[in-house]
Amino acid sequence: MADRRIALLIRRHGGRAEALIEVLHQVQEIHGYLPTSALLAVARGLQLPLSRVYGVASFYHLFRLQAPSEHRCAVCLGTACFVRHAGVLAKQLEQRLGLVMDAAGADGIWALEQISCIGACGQAPVLVVDGALETKLPVDDQEALAARFDAMGLPSARGQVR
Amino acid sequence: MTGVQAMRGAPRRLRCCGASGCRSAGSEALQVALEQARAAVGLDAGALPIQPVGCLRLCGRGPLVACDGPGGTALYGGVPPAQAGALIAVASAEGPIDGPLRAEAALAAHRLDLSHPFFALQIPVVLEGCGSLDPCSLDDALAHGAYAQLKRCLQDLSPEQVRDEVRRSGLRGRGGAGYPTGLKWDTVALQPAGPRFVVCNADEGDPGAFMDRSVLEGDPHRLLEGLAIAAYAVGADRGYLYVRAEYPLAIERLRLALQQAQARGLLGLGHCGSRHDLQLEVRVGAGAYVCGEETALLRSIEGKRGMPSPRPPYPAQAGLQGAPTLINNVETLAALPAILREGGAWYAAMGTESSRGTKVFALSGAVCHTGLLEVPMGIQLRTVVETMGGGVPDGGAVKAVQTGGPSGGCIPAERLDTPVDYESLTALGSMMGSGGMVVMGETTAMPEVARHFMRFSVNESCGKCLPCRAGTVQLEQLLQRFVEGRAEAADLDRLDALCRMVKATSLCGLGQAAPNPVLSTLRWFRHEYEAGCGPLAGKP
Amino acid sequence: MSVITLTVDGCDVAVPAGASLLQAAGAAGVKLPTLCHLDGLTPVGACRLCLVALEGTTKLLPACATEAAEGMAVSTTSPELREYRRMAVELFFAEGNHICAYCVSNGACELQDVAVTVGMDHSRFPYRYPQRPVDASHPWFALDHNHCILCTRCVRVCDEIEGAHVWDLAERGSDCRIISGLDQPWGEVEACTSCGKCVEVCPTGALFHREDGTSEKHPHRELPFQLRLAREQGQWRNQGQALPQALEGGGEDPS
Repeated sequence: MADRRIALLIRRHGGRAEALIEVLHQVQEIHGYLPTSALLAVARGLQLPLSRVYGVASFYHLFRLQAPSEHRCAVCLGTACFVRHAGVLAKQLEQRLGLVMDAAGADGIWALEQISCIGACGQAPVLVVDGALETKLPVDDQEALAARFDAMGLPSARGQVR
Repeated sequence: MTGVQAMRGAPRRLRCCGASGCRSAGSEALQVALEQARAAVGLDAGALPIQPVGCLRLCGRGPLVACDGPGGTALYGGVPPAQAGALIAVASAEGPIDGPLRAEAALAAHRLDLSHPFFALQIPVVLEGCGSLDPCSLDDALAHGAYAQLKRCLQDLSPEQVRDEVRRSGLRGRGGAGYPTGLKWDTVALQPAGPRFVVCNADEGDPGAFMDRSVLEGDPHRLLEGLAIAAYAVGADRGYLYVRAEYPLAIERLRLALQQAQARGLLGLGHCGSRHDLQLEVRVGAGAYVCGEETALLRSIEGKRGMPSPRPPYPAQAGLQGAPTLINNVETLAALPAILREGGAWYAAMGTESSRGTKVFALSGAVCHTGLLEVPMGIQLRTVVETMGGGVPDGGAVKAVQTGGPSGGCIPAERLDTPVDYESLTALGSMMGSGGMVVMGETTAMPEVARHFMRFSVNESCGKCLPCRAGTVQLEQLLQRFVEGRAEAADLDRLDALCRMVKATSLCGLGQAAPNPVLSTLRWFRHEYEAGCGPLAGKP
Repeated sequence: MSVITLTVDGCDVAVPAGASLLQAAGAAGVKLPTLCHLDGLTPVGACRLCLVALEGTTKLLPACATEAAEGMAVSTTSPELREYRRMAVELFFAEGNHICAYCVSNGACELQDVAVTVGMDHSRFPYRYPQRPVDASHPWFALDHNHCILCTRCVRVCDEIEGAHVWDLAERGSDCRIISGLDQPWGEVEACTSCGKCVEVCPTGALFHREDGTSEKHPHRELPFQLRLAREQGQWRNQGQALPQALEGGGEDPS
């Protein structure tokens, strides 16, 4: 019963409207994203207008309003990574995964997204694959790069048998 | 002393960097391997402690391990878990007579030279505990003097005396704008009687900046102490630490540190045995760069959309719940314990006339030694980039250094002799910013750099005011034409005019500074833009 | 009531303490262009058209959201300010899909008026032609996002005057848009009282009566100011007739 869990965590925050962002974080932990029914429960629990809750949920990039794909690969496009050719990396990932950056994949299994700096600038360029940080990607060396992608479990759109 | 090096004659121990950078390079696996190797030679934690510590600075060579012993400290980088045995042999000096020697030889390729300027020129103030203490242990922090200055303030000094000391230090806000900290404190303290808040801005969002993260991950008690000192100085009894959600490890360690300090009575009701209260709460962002702007940050703490509001009124006059609110950045607050311990005059003796003390920088990009460095203000940019950073890998030439993130600009190679202080960087069309320093080599095209930052601003604009919401989109489109070589001469004027408009009319600092990367590259690398007016000019 | 004296474009004016620079400019006979500002609603300083220069500072300040202070020397016009205002209007036009010729508010549109005021005859910026929807799910009113300039007057009037908070902003940056409820069709939002205040205050043809055709929108933009004044002065108390004790101070609006 997700609703009861939401009611519980709202009570833990004393039902204060200022806890909205904290509550949304925790709801997202429960569901993996913020479904409409959960937003409704949060608005009722915190006694907030619906549009205000949706306004906040859609303002912050880390809140997801749609169910996430099974796997996610995020390319850091921070400045240090940019200088170390993260743009090229992003293009190669688009090709390999057969996906367009920040657009939903057709099969819903993999998604490719960009993020702006996760502070791992010392190891640029970096990727985050399903939460795991992958560092110092050899953009200049096709073979080595492909091997790293294989090791991360990234499928190859071209090589996939349907 | 670098803050990484231990005293000569220090007891034997190994310090493993457990900051995000080294973690991503495999520090956890290495630490497990070290513990197994230690057990294999029959030693325990008493004989050879293996301690997780905060950032050991040279992030690009992680995972880093510092090895202390009677002979001093040796630092190793990029050690694979398979070599853990060798590290233990060196650290413990146990085993066959020639064992340590053979182990030394095996590790030679991983040994880092602590006398290299990268380490030798550092002056740790904010980072003095970072890398030498266990960030998860309150006892270790206390042994390094944590909370001693807070206790002294609460017991022996009046709030005025604390503010005097900070004013004397000449400390300026390290978040980017460089507003004098003492002045800000006075403004809050001298508001009419009533409730007050303190807020630590830990929403470090500039791409290429990870100074604050290192403090949060490496020495969280120093930050809490600094915030508590600030609260006492301005008469606040409630406060928040607003951390960006992209820093999970920092949030975890900060929360742990806060719990520890509260449980020990160092923070909370009647903290440190005084008659003063301080209730602190950690608040986590949700992915919005604009929340680093003060008024947007306050809205976010209130659980709202992080949209800035016009100033005046300033948060120092009317912030959270309409009450005077002091907002300071992580590095500013973390400098306070040392300033109070050594005195404002000691701090002011470092740096330049207008920019006192030290500053932490995150050096990255096309540079040999990437990582974290704390240096006195006024140091030449060349010293940081070439002497300490080792210049561009493979002997290439530096083309420019980007400072100040999306609000800053690119400083060309011919200006590398510029001293790093607030005014000098601003005069060159860049800014100090929070401390990110990204080195660019000859292969980096400047219109592309400008477009990179403009895309960032487009993505991060909150959308409230027109110039930032619609102006940045038009600027990105214009820059795209230069990148693709299909701009026309008139586009240069258009670019320049729109930059000036967005800069002058945007509501908050994010919008006002968004054109800076364009304006600075236009100023120093105009020929690259002119080259972008190509044969395809005018073509869609 | 204390009085503040200041100069606007060299002209001495006196305004009550707490007045905005916009009111001070008005007292000096200067009509500044505005789009997000509306008397009776909390100022937000978002459209940046009413920016003025203040002697002694380099920063431009929004007149609507800046309180007048003793001795200020305000200047409301200069070649730069004129250029910035014109560019702002161009950006507004390039950002949405504003085609006056078949707009409901043609002739009663504040964006159109401002364009005339600043002398904008064309936009130097390419039009973006964004894909934006129309919400015609409400039985009486409709919202055409193509004409929305994100002034948030509807959000504020619904929250501050009507107390329903049907509207809010969603997303951010250039993706910003006005939403009702949980991004639902307007007609399905239970909180909406169908009072129509949002339609009355909309500066453009974004919010309109469904039966309005081209040039047929006749908004009543003084509504928030009048309602607020009426509330503050208790004007609903039937002129001179005291309410029964039980209703005294009972609530804001007895209706």
